[in-house]
Amino acid sequence: MSDLIKLPAATLGAMLSEGSVSSVEVTRAHLDHIDAVDADIHAFLHVARESALATAAAVDARRAAGEELGPLAGVPIAIKDVLATSDMPTTSGSKILEGWVPPYDATVVARLRAADLIPLGKTNMDEFAMGSSTEHSAYGPTRNPWDLERIPGGSGGGSAAAVSAFEAPLALGSDTGGSIRQPAAVTGSVGVKPTYGGVSRYGAIALASSLDQVGPVSRTVLDSALLHDVIGGYDPLDSTSLPSAWPSMAAAAQAGLADGALAGVRVGVVKELNGAGFQPGVTQRFEETLALLTAAGAEIVEVSAPNFEYAVAAYYLILPAEASSNLARFDSVRFGIRVNPEDGPLTSERVMAATREAGFGPEVKRRIILGTYALSAGYYDAYYGSAQKVRTLIQRDFDAAFDKADVLVSPSAPTTAFRFGEKLADPMAMYLNDITTIPANLAGVPGMGLPMGLAPEDGLPTGLQVMAPAGEDARLYTFGAALEQLLEASWGHTLLSQAPVLTPTEMFASEEGAV
Amino acid sequence: MSEITAEQVAHLAHLARIDLSPEEIDHLTADLVQIVDSVAKVSEVATPDIPATSHPMPLTNVFREDVVRPSLTVEQALSGAPARDGDKFRVPAILDEE
Amino acid sequence: MAKARLMDFDKALELYEPVLGFEVHVELNTKTKMFCGCANEFGQGANTNTCPTCLGLPGGLPQVNQQAIESSIRLGLALGCEIAEYSRFARKNYFYPDTAKNFQTSQYDEPIAFNGALTIELESGREVTIEIERAHMEDDAGKLTHKGGATGRIHGAEYSLVDYNRGGVPLVEIVTRMIEGGEADSPEIAKTYVASVREIVKALGVSNARMEEGNVRCDVNLSLRPRGSGVLGTRTETKNVNSLRSIERAVRYEIQRQAAVLESGGTITQETRHWHEDTGTTSSGRPKSDADDYRYFPEPDLVPMAPSREWVEELRATLPEPPAARRKRLQAAWGFTALEFQDVVNSELLDVVEATVAAGAPAPAARKWWTGGVARLANAQGVPAETLVTPAQVAALIELVEAGTLTDRLARQVLEGVIAGEGTPAEVVEKRGLAVVSDDTALIAAIDEALAAQPDVLAKIRDGKVQAAGAVIGAVMKAMRGQADAARVRELVLERSAG
Repeated sequence: MSDLIKLPAATLGAMLSEGSVSSVEVTRAHLDHIDAVDADIHAFLHVARESALATAAAVDARRAAGEELGPLAGVPIAIKDVLATSDMPTTSGSKILEGWVPPYDATVVARLRAADLIPLGKTNMDEFAMGSSTEHSAYGPTRNPWDLERIPGGSGGGSAAAVSAFEAPLALGSDTGGSIRQPAAVTGSVGVKPTYGGVSRYGAIALASSLDQVGPVSRTVLDSALLHDVIGGYDPLDSTSLPSAWPSMAAAAQAGLADGALAGVRVGVVKELNGAGFQPGVTQRFEETLALLTAAGAEIVEVSAPNFEYAVAAYYLILPAEASSNLARFDSVRFGIRVNPEDGPLTSERVMAATREAGFGPEVKRRIILGTYALSAGYYDAYYGSAQKVRTLIQRDFDAAFDKADVLVSPSAPTTAFRFGEKLADPMAMYLNDITTIPANLAGVPGMGLPMGLAPEDGLPTGLQVMAPAGEDARLYTFGAALEQLLEASWGHTLLSQAPVLTPTEMFASEEGAV
Repeated sequence: MSEITAEQVAHLAHLARIDLSPEEIDHLTADLVQIVDSVAKVSEVATPDIPATSHPMPLTNVFREDVVRPSLTVEQALSGAPARDGDKFRVPAILDEE
Repeated sequence: MAKARLMDFDKALELYEPVLGFEVHVELNTKTKMFCGCANEFGQGANTNTCPTCLGLPGGLPQVNQQAIESSIRLGLALGCEIAEYSRFARKNYFYPDTAKNFQTSQYDEPIAFNGALTIELESGREVTIEIERAHMEDDAGKLTHKGGATGRIHGAEYSLVDYNRGGVPLVEIVTRMIEGGEADSPEIAKTYVASVREIVKALGVSNARMEEGNVRCDVNLSLRPRGSGVLGTRTETKNVNSLRSIERAVRYEIQRQAAVLESGGTITQETRHWHEDTGTTSSGRPKSDADDYRYFPEPDLVPMAPSREWVEELRATLPEPPAARRKRLQAAWGFTALEFQDVVNSELLDVVEATVAAGAPAPAARKWWTGGVARLANAQGVPAETLVTPAQVAALIELVEAGTLTDRLARQVLEGVIAGEGTPAEVVEKRGLAVVSDDTALIAAIDEALAAQPDVLAKIRDGKVQAAGAVIGAVMKAMRGQADAARVRELVLERSAG
């Protein structure tokens, strides 16, 4: 039974389809494992045991009655708490939404229900997706399954930890500046930020509207591709959603497994995303990956993106500005908590201010104030206005780079998972974690994070980021699947098979000082 | 342009309706000075000849037909309300008229 | 609150030049809201037409109503505006409980329409051209009711209740440029401008245009410039002016109030003021301060609009005749005096009179019947005249009178019958037997009877005192129950009297 939790979603889906296992068995196996390990990992903010089993039973019944179901039908999934779910609380990792159950489902949630996936629960995240370590969750951090004293990345640390701890084969995440790709890197899992507009944002609690995207989180490239096919595509409720039809990402991933899939592929290495200040083990694994690609027939090309130097600065103007406006709705009137001021008259204005003071964490307040500043009279042109121009320049850099390369690669994160508290003192230090992932959000191009090996100095996962031109998400999956196959062949196993085994007894043992 | 004062931060907090404590205001002022110094470099490269891009994807004219879609029920709409009076949301006395 | 001092109006105008500006908000009559598919309608219970988008729930996103764009473009064209080739929505950020997202999705520096003009004609005949700076789209806020206070207004209220049904309803805001050179007709300019906008909006069919229902709302900006000075005064913005009459009164009041303040050496505070219908005064609202930093930025959840020139021209072709031009044309065609025509317009009967004329009736008769008989009955029932009877029916009635089948008096009875649902005018005549008797035989019989009954009158007539015939005519009309042509009766009376 516990082996079920080690299987990729694609395999589970096939087994469910052929009837060798039931969804209830699969779901129960995962729920049991969550019970066993999540007290330590804290990937989940809410586990919906009864309804997951009920949904699984219903899917089993329909299959038994002869209904043809999709490739992921009956497969469990964890959902980042940034997404509205009508039957589970949705907090976005914030106290201000404690206990809020939305009266509607996000579009991606509706789609995964329609595809008969089994929602297991909601995963932890940095509050309102602001962060790179999940330390800013109002409900306590999530711990990296590779080392419980280390961060699982952020903002989607919960989803990444859930899949890499085998608590769920699939998860949904969101990515505004790397919140899917960076946790993937530090947990040894896979995650994709689609082309902006490729997946609906309706029902995803907004952080920065022009940067946010919802995407798949998994242990394999094919699994992410299968999930991407379920959630992606035009949504009339999201006016920024792209109207064009998308090809099958699963088919694209399968194509990556063919012989010679990498031959002649021009792989661009972005000079500005490569290296200075990166952890040596990260750089080493990156260079080894490039060598592997060359051996497989790919052509490594150096490209320059000179304006990437301004990407973090532009991001930390655009995001807070948009977020300061998006978060204005949290005012104690229609949903969420209400906190009264301690003394003085009880007026609407004071209750709003007291609620937001009590309900928002320090990072959120910091970004709201920064954003309010960037938009305020007299500062717009210098800050927000200028940042939007940098976005233009970064798009131009990408255009030029994709003239010379089919995909661009870089490490997903400059270091392996750092320890709790290490980066909290200095906000800029935390912000620089996203240095490689931010440009893709600004330009809207798709990006994938996948494991590229364990850093020799600490044995912790490192991740590779792959980017493709806007609209070429399929290319990411073909390349990613090919590279994954190559890397796993070179290691002789998957990366995650090397993760420490987590059981309560094991944890207890390590605390006691025993081996 | 790079000097941010505590008074400014207090004003920003009022605009953003967050009741910051004096300690918070001090910390934020220091944080903001540091952050703004780092991000101010965007104006170096944002010359007048460069257009701003507010949307990554160049879509235009995305419209919806004027056809009624089902609304939430009243109970659904009010389900999250911290305070209600019948079918309306209830808020404390509003000081200023808009 | 102390009553404000007012300067005599004429004196104020001697010393100061009023400078005006208007912001008119038009509520569009689309089926759905501006940014979501919730119904744009009222009368059901509170919060029955809301969704995650217009309720400002986390995760909600806007979708632009195409019909609202069309209506806005048509309105812009009707106001003589240029239609933008590129236009965007922008967020106007401020906190208020009736504003679900705590920002309004409006337009900032890229409005859909701009640089228009509207020429209005005042009662004196003076024409004033009002420059329209812009017309832009935005969504409306929800509705607040204030509880626990003495007056039901916000001041002194203990708490407030919010209904978001109106939140998200499409609005077009029309902003004028400064209107300088104001004279004593400034109040009239204000009223006439808003009335003209309302008329256009109604003719376009883009709004129900009922001011009493808030379909058309006006904010009035006013400042006083000392005559001969080049320096503009400080302006106030007066809100909550809900009828044409109130607009006129509010402008007049503000001129008088501001003049008194300035004259006493005081200064005008730049602020929002509220008009109070009951007292006919304005009072201070919020000062306009730096608290009004709306931090506008382009709405990131929506993409730009680029209406093609072809589409704009297609919409231009749908514009009806401008109301002012139409009125001039009709008045001339009908030969009415200004007063007669104004009477029709003020009674809101222009459309039905026009339709009645189109159905074949002479214009004067159409006017007479609509503003007279029909309006009287309508007022008595408290309903609009056009709901009682159709132009076709009125035209048919007039034709019967013109043909001599009915006298005016009989026609009024027929009208009542038509309104009561007894059928067409012809059917009512038949059913009630109201036709004028055209057969002389019956008349002669009645006349002979009446003459026999009043031999002294007969004698007088024979004597040359024809006025005496009146008594006989009256008797005959009574006997005929009014169903006789009085002139013919008189003729016959005289004939028969001659013996």
